[in-house]
Amino acid sequence: MPDSSRRLQLTADGELRHFLAIEGLDEPLLTRILDTADSFIEVGERTIKKVPLLRGRTVVNLFFEPSTRTRSTFELAAKRLSADVLNLDIGTSATSKGESLSDTLLNLRAMASDMFVMRHSQSGAPHFVAQSVTPDVAIINAGDGRHEHPTQAMLDMLTIRQHMKTFSGLRVAIVGDVQHSRVARSQIRALNTLGVDEVRLIAPDTLLPHEPEALGARVFHRMEEGLRNVDVIIMLRLQHERMEGALLPSESEFYRMYGLTREKLAYANPGALVMHPGPINRGVEIESAVADGPQSVILGQVTNGIAVRMAVMSMAMGGQLNERQSGTSEGVASS
Amino acid sequence: MKWRVDNIHPVIDGEPSANPTSVLVVDGRIAALGADFSGERVEREVDGAGQWLLPGLIDLNCHLPEPGSDRGGSIESETRAAARGGFTTVCTTPDTSPINDSGAVTHLILDVAERNGHTRVLPVGALTRGLEGERLSDMAGLTRAGCVALGNGGHTTASSRVLRRCMAYAHTFGVRLFLQPENASLASDGCAHDGLVAARLGLPGIPEVAETTAVNELLMLAEETGANLHIGPLSCARSVTLVRAAKEAGHNVTAEVGIAHLEATEAAIEGYNGTFHSRPPLRTEADRRALLEGVESGVIDAIVSQHRPSDKAAKLAPFPETQPGLSTVESTLSLGLERVAAGELSRRALLRALTCGPARVLGLEAPTIAEDRVADLTLVAPEQHWMPAARSLYSAGPHLPVMERELPGVVMLTAVDGRIRHEHKGDGS
Repeated sequence: MPDSSRRLQLTADGELRHFLAIEGLDEPLLTRILDTADSFIEVGERTIKKVPLLRGRTVVNLFFEPSTRTRSTFELAAKRLSADVLNLDIGTSATSKGESLSDTLLNLRAMASDMFVMRHSQSGAPHFVAQSVTPDVAIINAGDGRHEHPTQAMLDMLTIRQHMKTFSGLRVAIVGDVQHSRVARSQIRALNTLGVDEVRLIAPDTLLPHEPEALGARVFHRMEEGLRNVDVIIMLRLQHERMEGALLPSESEFYRMYGLTREKLAYANPGALVMHPGPINRGVEIESAVADGPQSVILGQVTNGIAVRMAVMSMAMGGQLNERQSGTSEGVASS
Repeated sequence: MKWRVDNIHPVIDGEPSANPTSVLVVDGRIAALGADFSGERVEREVDGAGQWLLPGLIDLNCHLPEPGSDRGGSIESETRAAARGGFTTVCTTPDTSPINDSGAVTHLILDVAERNGHTRVLPVGALTRGLEGERLSDMAGLTRAGCVALGNGGHTTASSRVLRRCMAYAHTFGVRLFLQPENASLASDGCAHDGLVAARLGLPGIPEVAETTAVNELLMLAEETGANLHIGPLSCARSVTLVRAAKEAGHNVTAEVGIAHLEATEAAIEGYNGTFHSRPPLRTEADRRALLEGVESGVIDAIVSQHRPSDKAAKLAPFPETQPGLSTVESTLSLGLERVAAGELSRRALLRALTCGPARVLGLEAPTIAEDRVADLTLVAPEQHWMPAARSLYSAGPHLPVMERELPGVVMLTAVDGRIRHEHKGDGS
């Protein structure tokens, strides 16, 4: 997978042309995304918040799963890059009429789309599209099943770099529902690639994959042990469905064992960053006093989200256009 | 029709004879063996130099998509593929559309097979109505119509109580059961082995216990009811251990494994490769090794193709939405010979698992090359190679476990009832 994922996402020259997963991308490329995002933060502070990088290009937001926050940051990012943006809530239109995913996308490509920002409930859906349906449209993964949510991970990396300056030497703990989390999978890969010392997962076995070591992280079951000497704590969102699926007894028990309270925060290094991809369930994953406290960087994460998405979109568009000009789209399926 | 093969090595009990000989086929039977028939006037002479003459291969698990939609092939196309793969007999699974849960559907399958088929077709009927796992099918009626066994066709029977009654009722009429072990609530929405690859790709997993608890349940219920149980396809090492223990305890049970599970592991689904979406899922290298060992030791009686042709669109979707199954009936023997060449399986164990093993499961006389036996014959050139490619397959399903790779063993000729149903043309087809 790392190899096939790399081949699919990069041009022959190693430029990004799809952004599907952190897996398969190397440290220099991830750092370039962060550097590019840094340069876009300044754009957001101007009175006129636009650059012409995607002028004349059409970006289609394809959300097969509902999302407000992620979709609006992608929309804003595309508009700040001067692209034309089309928002399609596919969940309620084409596929419910029996049209296959392939047919829907081929129709959209026929409307001269240059980029699909795609969210789908099935792991691997954007890979499938990039490989077999519309390889000549840049695909940005906005979250696929339990697999990856790479732009979310990159904005978290940007936040960590802003506060910690470097990744080396850091210990990062990810707490909560790792098994069902696409955010966690992307974060673990990004953190390891960018060279942190250690990634830890803290969760009960029901919220961990069957073989968690496959993800490249060390597993802890208790906060007291897992948070010791940690520099960054990432809390994952807990979905209410997990209680119905007999994975957890109750939200209150989860909070007692894994909720980030001031008391538990004290196990970590002084000044450790507290992060959460949002939206927060106060009193389930995190105590309000911690979420709003001095160590929390949760709001900054949202601002960085637009800059990171601008970076990824402009880079992938550039790679895709070069590929089209050279006409050597390697790895494009004939089917 | 009268024809003969010269210079051929007959395979008896999995072993090709050292000395080449001649075989004379007259009116669907092996009329004579071993002598010089050069004086006989025959309609065809086949030179079998360097080739094996096997009793026709038997596939216990082959999905023929008829009746059904016309997109995934027909009895004609898939038995033609089976004959090319050296099979002279295929058992077709009950999950046709409509489901083979009545004598009428069984008759339809047999009629079409009689008219258009290239191999013998033995239908496996549905154990429960509509394969829904709730009401018993007309077991005695299905058997009378021609079903050789009743099965769940990969669908799980929801309740242990229904399963127990199915077994007891089947036992009353001496009906053979072909059951694929899967605990539905543990398999849930899974689509891949619950292991390293699924964890990384974020795919919902099917844990090993989804199979082992079902194997255990089936073995216990069969022991209690006295049912004649054939179990599989198996996918994991612990299932082999369970079946071995049951056999050692003297229980009336046989088992099968699909060729893909002897060939590939969970690594095959890297990059969301839907071609390898299988049910049961492809598991670990240790499981693959244990399955091979199970065939070697005879704990697993039969290697099956688990052929499931599906049209191209069925695999053109995000991985969890792709249709499980591979198109394997044309390459099963060659994939097995490849394992033999790799030193992972003995030739004898492979050939037995494709002939004597499945015959025993069906209660048939042990297949062999002998005078007066029905001339279901497969000629194989073990030293020759062929290259599977989507465009040159006979099957309507283009999803092979290997593509554009040379495989050992070319089926030169397949005869059913003495009639030549497939002959290698030497042009790659």
